[in-house]
Amino acid sequence: MRIPILKLHNYLLISIQIELDDQTAIQFQEDLLHKIHETGATGVVIDLTSVDVIDSFIAKVLGDVVSMSNLMGAKVVLTGIQPAVAMTLIDLGIHLKDVPTALNLEQGLIKLRQTLEE
Amino acid sequence: MNSQSCVNIEKEWDIVSARQLGRNLARKLGFGTVDQARIATAISELARNIYLYAGSGEIYFDIVEDHPKKGIRIRAIDQGQGIEDIGKVMKDGYSTSGGLGAGLPGVKRLMDEFHISSVPGAGTEVEVVKWLR
Repeated sequence: MRIPILKLHNYLLISIQIELDDQTAIQFQEDLLHKIHETGATGVVIDLTSVDVIDSFIAKVLGDVVSMSNLMGAKVVLTGIQPAVAMTLIDLGIHLKDVPTALNLEQGLIKLRQTLEE
Repeated sequence: MNSQSCVNIEKEWDIVSARQLGRNLARKLGFGTVDQARIATAISELARNIYLYAGSGEIYFDIVEDHPKKGIRIRAIDQGQGIEDIGKVMKDGYSTSGGLGAGLPGVKRLMDEFHISSVPGAGTEVEVVKWLR
C-alpha cells in the first residue's frame, strides 16, 4: 500500500486516508523524502484528518519524517489531528513538541507560507 | 455475553487487525470515540510488544461485568523471553528497541486497570481493562 503524494506549486500535499500499518508508514517516509528531492518542494502538509489511531511507533515515524524533511530543507506541517488522537498521544506521553501542526489543511498552508516567507 | 475473541500476533499486519477488532468491540459496547481511540492505541502498543520482543503471541478480548460496571478486557499473552525487571519497563522513557519508550507506562495511563506478570524465559501476560463510564 502506497500513500499518494500530490504536488501543488512548491508544496507537497498528503492526506492519509488508510489504516497505517508499520510497513506503510516506513514506505511513506521513504517516498516523501524521494519526492522532496525529486520536485524541490519547500513545504509539505501531511493531513491526518482521517487517521483515528496514532500509536507510539506511528508517532515516531511522523516525528522523524518531519526532522528528515527539515534536514533536506523542506518544512512540514501536520494537520487535522483528531481530538481523540491528541488526547491519546498525551496519555501515551508523546508530545511531538518540535513538530509544527495546524488545525486543518487550510491553516497548514497558511502556516507554511508564513514560515517560508520569514 | 462472555464470548471471547482472539487475534494471533505473528506478522506486522496482525497489529492492525488486533486494534481494529478491539475498536469495533469497544464501539459495540458503547464506548465513545476518545475511549475507542485509547483502547485501540493500547492494543496497538501491546501487539507491537509481542511482535517485537516475543515474535508471536495472542491477544484475547472479552467483556467483563462487575455489577453495575461493564467493560472491555484485553489480555496480551506471549511465550517469549519474558521481562527480567518489570519495575524498569514500567518507567517512562525506558525502551530496549530504540522506540519512543512510551510502551507499557503509556498503556497503563490509557486504560483503567493494568496487570502484568512475567516469568523470565517463559513469557509475559499483560491484562488491561477499560470500564464504560
